[in-house]
Amino acid sequence: MNSEAAVGNLLEEAKTIIGDQQAGIRDGIVKSIYDTSENITKDVVSYTSANRVDWDRKIDNIITSPVWGFPIMFGILAVIFWVTIAGANYPSEFLAAQFFWVQDRLTELFWALNAPDWLHGFLVLGVYSALAWVVSVMLPPMAIFFPLFTLLEDAGYLPRVAFNLDRFFKKAGAHGKQALTMSMGFGCNAAGVIACRIIESPRERLIATLTNNFVPCNGRFPTIIALASLFIAGSVSVTIASAIATLGVAVIVVFGIAVTLFVSWLLSRTLLKGEPSSFTLELPPYRKPQVGQVLVRSVIDRTIFVLSRALVIAAPAGGLIWIMANNTVGDTTILAAAANWLHPFAGLMGLDGYILMAFILGFPANEIVFPILIMSYVSGGTMVQMESLADLRHLLIDQHGWTWLTGLSTVIFALCHWPCGTTLFTIQREQKNWRWTLLAAILPAGIGIIICITITALARALNLV
Amino acid sequence: MGLTYQSTGRSTTREIFNVHNAGSELVIALAGNPNTGKSTVFNALTGLRQHTGNWPGKTVLRAEGSFIHGGRHYTLIDLPGTYSLHANSVEEEVARDFLCFAKPDATVVVVDGTCLERNLNLALQVMEITDNVIVCVNLIDEARRKNMHININKLSNALGVPVVPTAARGGEGLSELMAAISDVALGRVVPKPVLVRYSDAVEKAIAQVEPKVREIIGAHINTRWVALRLIDGDTKLVQAIQRYYNDQESKQAEAALEVLA
Repeated sequence: MNSEAAVGNLLEEAKTIIGDQQAGIRDGIVKSIYDTSENITKDVVSYTSANRVDWDRKIDNIITSPVWGFPIMFGILAVIFWVTIAGANYPSEFLAAQFFWVQDRLTELFWALNAPDWLHGFLVLGVYSALAWVVSVMLPPMAIFFPLFTLLEDAGYLPRVAFNLDRFFKKAGAHGKQALTMSMGFGCNAAGVIACRIIESPRERLIATLTNNFVPCNGRFPTIIALASLFIAGSVSVTIASAIATLGVAVIVVFGIAVTLFVSWLLSRTLLKGEPSSFTLELPPYRKPQVGQVLVRSVIDRTIFVLSRALVIAAPAGGLIWIMANNTVGDTTILAAAANWLHPFAGLMGLDGYILMAFILGFPANEIVFPILIMSYVSGGTMVQMESLADLRHLLIDQHGWTWLTGLSTVIFALCHWPCGTTLFTIQREQKNWRWTLLAAILPAGIGIIICITITALARALNLV
Repeated sequence: MGLTYQSTGRSTTREIFNVHNAGSELVIALAGNPNTGKSTVFNALTGLRQHTGNWPGKTVLRAEGSFIHGGRHYTLIDLPGTYSLHANSVEEEVARDFLCFAKPDATVVVVDGTCLERNLNLALQVMEITDNVIVCVNLIDEARRKNMHININKLSNALGVPVVPTAARGGEGLSELMAAISDVALGRVVPKPVLVRYSDAVEKAIAQVEPKVREIIGAHINTRWVALRLIDGDTKLVQAIQRYYNDQESKQAEAALEVLA
């Protein structure tokens, strides 16, 4: 008897019986099971102390509720950014002052030693000042943001974020666990890509991998935060400025999540067609965060790690920029020539040649994009000495003609461009297919370029700039 | 002795799952959600008499152990920890296929007493596949600490299967669990699971599909459950049925040849 083939036919038959209700069937079946469990549990479980309060449940009902879940998420995000932005300003200023005081002393030392000009230029104006910029611009936001983020993680909030986002990912045709891998991406995109292993289906894993880069990682957060606070600070009163900067960063993050969802949706409709599979997400109990441990962990694991990676890459990059700024081809420096060459295209995107070049040079690590930009502005322009962040603002806006559009385009491009070298390397290692790796680079870069060009064209057409 | 399903079918499908001594011993499956102390129960029951490996063809860890109760030998198979049996993951597929095709003599579903509601989902799904279910309410000590009281008799009545409270870490309730297992495995107690009632549309569809299922695959597998899975559009189960019964038929043919020779 060939009964086995007949089972397959039965499946077809079952389909015709259930007809067009098929879509709701699975949810209906799961719901019936859950309802039965709930009813039985209600019947058999009792609590001896009447005034016992299940706080976890009560809190979960609020922060994962369809109504309050998102406002609360946005609010928590905003508070963290606000604390970071408001808090990072002063130490940044202080560090910058210290570092450039030391730079002056170093210069004096080199003069006293009769060192050749190029050596002083390469080591002090190149390598040292690149390191100084990385530390003073990037360290304070990192030192504040990372512990706060780790505290949230430790308290058990991140799985709730995943829970809130799950239905959106499902609608986008992606796996609900992508909400988790995306959250990991906020820490580090390379780690987020590795985390995609938790997704079983290869299709959904690819979607999660390809879109992981759309959330700003540890390396890009400080860039965005620094740009936001720097750009807005001073233009309005201090409190309003930090509030606006906060809102700006929060909007950028939400925008990144929206792009993630949109691209996932696009991929699951085109290149990677298929149905999302369901999964169970266990919400761990809330725990009191171990503040001491969190501080140590976030300082050592994240701040030091990210900073040292940035420093290792910034040092040669700083030297390279000094060389490019002090050697000429024809009648311009290499730096200016490269920037000029990039400028027409960068201009279309609302950027300038130097900004685009900084992103290209920042390929090994996104952390150094902004410091590289400052370096190339400084070595390319007339201003050699910078004493404070006010000077930095002056450098961007007055000397290099930054408008709100330049700031916005830079932030958007920081959010949507090629992943850093480490992330691409990780994608290649995980997927073992250079086509997907290439797509992982082209996809975000293409989207970033398109968005920037569109915004710029619109702004110019409407005479907003 | 004729080649009945009972004599060859069950042991050959069990062989596919690498169950040792498949013919002579009683086989008990251990199911449960992750983090319910399932492994603690497994270790407490089997002690050092266990060996581990992978599930055939899968990179999912598999542990098998044995214990003796009342002079009988029991083989205990630790299924992967899962939240459901809808075969969304390899683990769920492995657990489901074992329950469905290896037909253990009894299945213990370990549930976490402190979050019974979430854990019962799996128990209800297991009960749809097999009648011989024992629910083990583990972590009962933690539940007590949380001032929770679970009415075991009421739960047993609501589910229609034996329920044993345990605190496997402290060894509490383990002898009762063993007794319940042997009662069910040897047929001294016959559980009558109270099954989930689905919506009218689903129930109507089940009523239409189930007779056809029985016609084709007989009563080897719970026909109501197969009907339900078919309605859900579960292609993986169809593939699994085809795979396991093809395998088994070839083995049955081999066995028949041996008898003839």
